[in-house]
Amino acid sequence: MSVMANPPPKPLVAKAAAHLASRARWSPLEIAFWLAALASIFLLPSKHLILTEIAILGLFAVSLDLILGYAGIVSLGHAAFFGFGAYVAGILAKYGIIKEPILAMLASGVAAAALGFVTSFLVLRGSDLTRLMVTLGVALVLREIANRLEITGGADGLQGVEMQPILGHFAFDIFGKTAYVYSLIVLFVLFLIARRIVNSPFGLSLRSVKGNPLRASAIGIHVNGRLVAVYTIAAAYAGVAGALLTQSTQFASLSVLDFERSADVMLMLIIGGTGYLYGGMIGAVLFKLVQDYLANVNPQYWQFWLGLGLVMMIMFGRVYGAVIATVIFAICMTTNLPFMHQILFTLVVVAVLGLARPDVLKLTSAITERAVAVQKKLKARFTRQPKGS
Amino acid sequence: MAPVLETKGLVKQFGGIVATNDVTLSVEKGARHALIGPNGAGKTTIINMLTGVLRPTAGTILLEGRDITGMEPHKRVQLGIARTFQINQLFADLTPLETIGLAVSERMELGGQWWRLVGSKGIVIDESVEILDRFNLADVMDERTGNLPYGKQRLLEIALAIACRPHVLLLDEPAAGVPEAERRGILDAVAALPSDVTVLLIEHDMDIVFSFADRISVLVNGTLFVEGPPEEVAQDPRVKAVYLGEEAHDA
Amino acid sequence: MLTILFDGIAYGMLLFVVACGLAVTLGLMNFVNLAHGAFAMAGGYITVILVNRAGLPFLASLPLAFIFTAIVGAVFERTLYVHVYAKSHLEQVLFTIGLVFMSVAAADYAMGSSQVFARTPPELQGQINFFGVGIGRYRLLIILVCGLLTVALQFALASTRFGSRLRAAVDDARVARGLGINVNAVFAVTFAVGSGLAGLGGALGAEILGLDPHFPLKFMIYFLIVVTVGGTSSITGPFIASLLLGIGDVAGKYYVPQFGAFIIYIIMIVVLIWRPQGLFSRAIAK
Repeated sequence: MSVMANPPPKPLVAKAAAHLASRARWSPLEIAFWLAALASIFLLPSKHLILTEIAILGLFAVSLDLILGYAGIVSLGHAAFFGFGAYVAGILAKYGIIKEPILAMLASGVAAAALGFVTSFLVLRGSDLTRLMVTLGVALVLREIANRLEITGGADGLQGVEMQPILGHFAFDIFGKTAYVYSLIVLFVLFLIARRIVNSPFGLSLRSVKGNPLRASAIGIHVNGRLVAVYTIAAAYAGVAGALLTQSTQFASLSVLDFERSADVMLMLIIGGTGYLYGGMIGAVLFKLVQDYLANVNPQYWQFWLGLGLVMMIMFGRVYGAVIATVIFAICMTTNLPFMHQILFTLVVVAVLGLARPDVLKLTSAITERAVAVQKKLKARFTRQPKGS
Repeated sequence: MAPVLETKGLVKQFGGIVATNDVTLSVEKGARHALIGPNGAGKTTIINMLTGVLRPTAGTILLEGRDITGMEPHKRVQLGIARTFQINQLFADLTPLETIGLAVSERMELGGQWWRLVGSKGIVIDESVEILDRFNLADVMDERTGNLPYGKQRLLEIALAIACRPHVLLLDEPAAGVPEAERRGILDAVAALPSDVTVLLIEHDMDIVFSFADRISVLVNGTLFVEGPPEEVAQDPRVKAVYLGEEAHDA
Repeated sequence: MLTILFDGIAYGMLLFVVACGLAVTLGLMNFVNLAHGAFAMAGGYITVILVNRAGLPFLASLPLAFIFTAIVGAVFERTLYVHVYAKSHLEQVLFTIGLVFMSVAAADYAMGSSQVFARTPPELQGQINFFGVGIGRYRLLIILVCGLLTVALQFALASTRFGSRLRAAVDDARVARGLGINVNAVFAVTFAVGSGLAGLGGALGAEILGLDPHFPLKFMIYFLIVVTVGGTSSITGPFIASLLLGIGDVAGKYYVPQFGAFIIYIIMIVVLIWRPQGLFSRAIAK
């Protein structure tokens, strides 16, 4: 066993410590984000209902980021834990099993964690495709169960959920203020815990497992054990999000277990980006705003534009894809064509863009280069010493 | 003295192909044992079985007298056997400091702690920096591994295995793919490995083999062909035939 | 009980005809196409339009459904799909989900959100009495058509030049290219045929499976189960898997209505745990 022959030079150690510490430091943008969230309680009183939804979706997306962005587990059925938590919370409230909302929410989280733990072994083996299939299957099984059982209300969903005041004091009001503050606090607390986890040695090991599972096990990491742990935690988070939904809407519908839920939360992570926790929340904000806007403009067919956005973002990258999709949408809206013509127009444009994709990509990367160059110039102008990068 | 690493009758079959044919190998503590042989002889297959990546079809593997034949890869590392890969297997998005720190932290069984921040344990940082310094990686410690030049990555590959404080280190062609200018660094690092660490080295480069190894095993078509100290193996006409025969065939 | 078996076989063969295109796509280009059901839906709706609105005979509209969806498939493949082959499975899934959303919304607008049925000719309605067993004429037609298609597919794969090129490309695309096989062309044709078959299957199956705008989402899991359980290195794998699935589903819903719907999901999960690469294939290289 080799003992350290020479202790390392102090400046190097200091540099190392500083580098590691910088990763976990709170950036000004982060602080601004949460201040804005706090402010929204007071500044946007009429929007509390939709803000609650956003907070819940944000928590759901963070839970998916934990397994997808940090551990590399692909899942098409994450709604299983969301829905399970939702139903558990509803049942706890409806049948008076646990009356206090916070306790019920925690219990739902624990229940969802148990479900996650039990199903975690399904995602350990096989390729990405297998995981996609298996997770999808689990969610579908759960949905069928919810559809059949009496206790879940079947196809009509769980109705008659009456929520007691939180901590016996704060009643759920029709404007949604209690629900929003409640959801936001839960989101913040769970976020803090998640932030600790991803910046811990455990979180680092997850990143190594995602990056190179072969090497991770070759340096002594029990890969499967870590994956089970993070899957369980993520399931708990998703379950809490589902519980919050039931508690704030006093209703649990079968749609919480729909495939579309799993797809939507994926979309949120694509929009916002994976691997830094904020992607899910930013994605949730944008997704909900876009969805709300589309639903108002085009009540039945907003799914069309959502699908278009998804297709474009995969083909041309997150930013440019969103831009292109928005442009197509804007053209359709302003020209006020009948929807059928809009569909045909969109398909033609998409086909043309597909044929011309190499050229489009050249254009977009040229734009990006320009933007980066401009950004560098601005940065140089605003900092005193030019840093060679 | 009991060998620190042993295989007994190791066999690996892939369908109809016998990649490893009854290999019985014995490595002494502190040895510098080289495993050589033509391409496709099955050297990496043996390393994969020693580390648990592949399951042997038959035979046993003993580490310090303990049967590890069916043991999972990560458990073997905890028992003291570590390896490098022929093609770098690193964590492209992590920095060298994070990479080495991870291995050290795992070794100290701090890996499961989710409530602490990375870098809050001084002894982990001290040891990680010391290792990085020893392998001349201190200047790039906070750069993304994927952006490093190949030679530096190769050094990190070896440093990472060393960070596990193995009793037995399996090096799979440490100098492979390294540009001429950076080879010296690799070779120095290999030569500077602590003397109480047992090293099993796979190499094609005969200069490295003969300057480094105190014992050589020759593997041909999955079978152990010749074994002995370097001078003997170098003179063995059968070995020459295998290598020269190969060259004549390829030419 | 024989009727159940018969119905199950019909259902299974229908699933096979629709899903075989998906299986080949996955095996050939390692591409996950969740929008495959949309082609089936398109074929179904084309038939409905041709028969109900344009007054074409049902049997005549079947080949038209095939041709139309094959052409659509070819166009989509060259303009859209070709760009995502190299991307990760996750991105492929999301891409095709986007296409599914678009097709579901478009179908909802164009054809209304309720279930529609094509007017099947009277000769195909009702049952034939075969040794005391009631055999639905329509289902008999399905079995005949699908059976013929399966035989034709097997023949094409095993005995034609194109078939051997396709099999080579599925086995190892890189080596196939090295041998001078134009893998991209093989794939384009295969994709078109696969989509056409899906359309044909959708046209045939509308009567039994129920055709509404949510068809691609409802049946996506069925096709995926066929492919993952059956594997992608042969035709027989998905064929057997489809029969298993069809019979299991029909029998399950009849004998154990409480749990009927679960059976297929459970089968899939169990199979995937036991053999992640499917019952009949080698591991998919990824």
